[in-house]
Amino acid sequence: MKLQQLSLFLENKPGVLREPCEALAAAGIDLLTMSLADTTQFGILRFIVRDPIRAKQVLEDAGMVVRMTEVVPVEVENRPGGLARALAAIEAAGLGVEYMYDFGAASRGGKAAIVFRFEDPDAALAALEAAGVKVLTGEEILPR
Amino acid sequence: MSTWNDPPGGFHPISAPDYLPREQLGVIQLQRLQSVVTRAFDRVPLFRTRMEERGLAPASVASLDDIVALPFTVKADLRDTYPFGLFASPTEEIVRLHASSGTTGKPIVVAYTQADLDVWTEVMVRSFVACGIHRGDVIQNAYGYGLFTGGLGAHYGGEALGATVIPISGGNTERQLMVMADFGVTAICCTPSYFLHLLESAKDTKTDFSKLRVGVFGAEPWSDSMRERIQDESGIRAHDIYGLSEIIGPGVGIECVERRGLHIFEDHFYPEIIDPDSGEVLPEGAEGELVLTTLSKQAMPLIRYRTRDITALVSEKCACGRTLRRIRRIGRRSDDMFIIRGVNVFPSQVETALLRVEGTLPHYQIILTREKGLDQMEVKVEVTPEFFSDEIRKLEALQHQLEASIENILGIRVKVTLAQPRSLARSEGKARRVSDLRSI
Repeated sequence: MKLQQLSLFLENKPGVLREPCEALAAAGIDLLTMSLADTTQFGILRFIVRDPIRAKQVLEDAGMVVRMTEVVPVEVENRPGGLARALAAIEAAGLGVEYMYDFGAASRGGKAAIVFRFEDPDAALAALEAAGVKVLTGEEILPR
Repeated sequence: MSTWNDPPGGFHPISAPDYLPREQLGVIQLQRLQSVVTRAFDRVPLFRTRMEERGLAPASVASLDDIVALPFTVKADLRDTYPFGLFASPTEEIVRLHASSGTTGKPIVVAYTQADLDVWTEVMVRSFVACGIHRGDVIQNAYGYGLFTGGLGAHYGGEALGATVIPISGGNTERQLMVMADFGVTAICCTPSYFLHLLESAKDTKTDFSKLRVGVFGAEPWSDSMRERIQDESGIRAHDIYGLSEIIGPGVGIECVERRGLHIFEDHFYPEIIDPDSGEVLPEGAEGELVLTTLSKQAMPLIRYRTRDITALVSEKCACGRTLRRIRRIGRRSDDMFIIRGVNVFPSQVETALLRVEGTLPHYQIILTREKGLDQMEVKVEVTPEFFSDEIRKLEALQHQLEASIENILGIRVKVTLAQPRSLARSEGKARRVSDLRSI
């Protein structure tokens, strides 16, 4: 299934990363995984939480611009070549990857979880399933 | 070689009106004022309507003091009547058009008859003479040639003076330095910030500019401390020149060798100082907005044109002997226009450019800095929810679109940086959109 990821625009200056983290902390919201994309001028913080709608509201109330994006969590073998095999399947299916990052909190039992942002998440879901790549469900990735 | 015009002791016949007794100057001014008001009334519908609304006719001007009853002309009038609405001469009599930036995407167009060009050349010669430039001088004219009035104004003035003019135009620092050294340049015309850049580059390349004696600097505001720096580092004499396209171009006012204010060529341009809020004329010596009337213009006479430049009139006699009154050097304006690289920019132009890309106006701030003598403009734009993408390449594409849109309107390259929402300062009432960090 698809997951809702939140993204934040960050200027390249001290304190910009701490502020949203503090706002989430004050609301008791736990970051499950995150990734920071950076350029010389600005950065984008992408992260996944259990309740994205509430987290979005908390951050917007603090004056931030938040974007919600659909991403796909994919299970890969946690051993050399595991990711390469999944990527080969993605490539064979002709799917464009915008970006990806590790979802360590959702790894278990010799399996790792990777979050993918595809150009077309719905087409990606179908293609991945057809290619035999396991897409994780909400119960599988969200910690109990 | 004659140096008959270089102070001390020089005098050029064309400068004679600079030394007219005030009484006789007043007679000439009144004759010309009556004539220009009649011309504008007869030929420019906008001016005629405003006069008639006030129950005025050209005959209402019986003395110079009567000018205070005449309606003002403002920059918006030139924009509203774009392109030719304020012209008082038919196309057959117009021999030149120039244009400068306006408040929206459209420029402001100004026209000259041959007689207007002759007046312009005359005031430029008188300006050069006041700076101690003479026949035998080699003038490097590094003002931009083109629609901007700076290049051609200085060019024809220099030639009419009998000096050798090098029409090098702006830019290409390496070539400027080569010409300066190899052609034995003795005088230069450019923006003061560009001259500082030339100086720095000359040091790096060990360029010999020992013959350079005088600089005629304008088209942007600069301070006395910047003059000291220029003079200390180069050993030349630096003069401030004032002008605006709407009135004629460069040559409305000039600093003589005393350099204690700029003499206004009052036989062609009638100065007043008003309170920018009430429009009332202020007493002599008070600081306010400079208002100019073109006393001898044919193609585009402007009556009581509000320059938005803040200064004061000085009527004490100048040690140079000129009877022309002076204005203090201009440090600020009564509107939010700023000048960068010789280009007049209004924040509203930047707003137009941002609107074209985003559809709604984002919060923004303009930051002006000076790096290596060159003015830089940065526009910080807050990211809006509509335009925030979580993909870097889309944000960078937005940045480039904004830059291209601004360059398209202003004609100069600017840097756009994206800022976090609500990160730019808000002020109560009128927003301070421009942060000018140039050390002028």
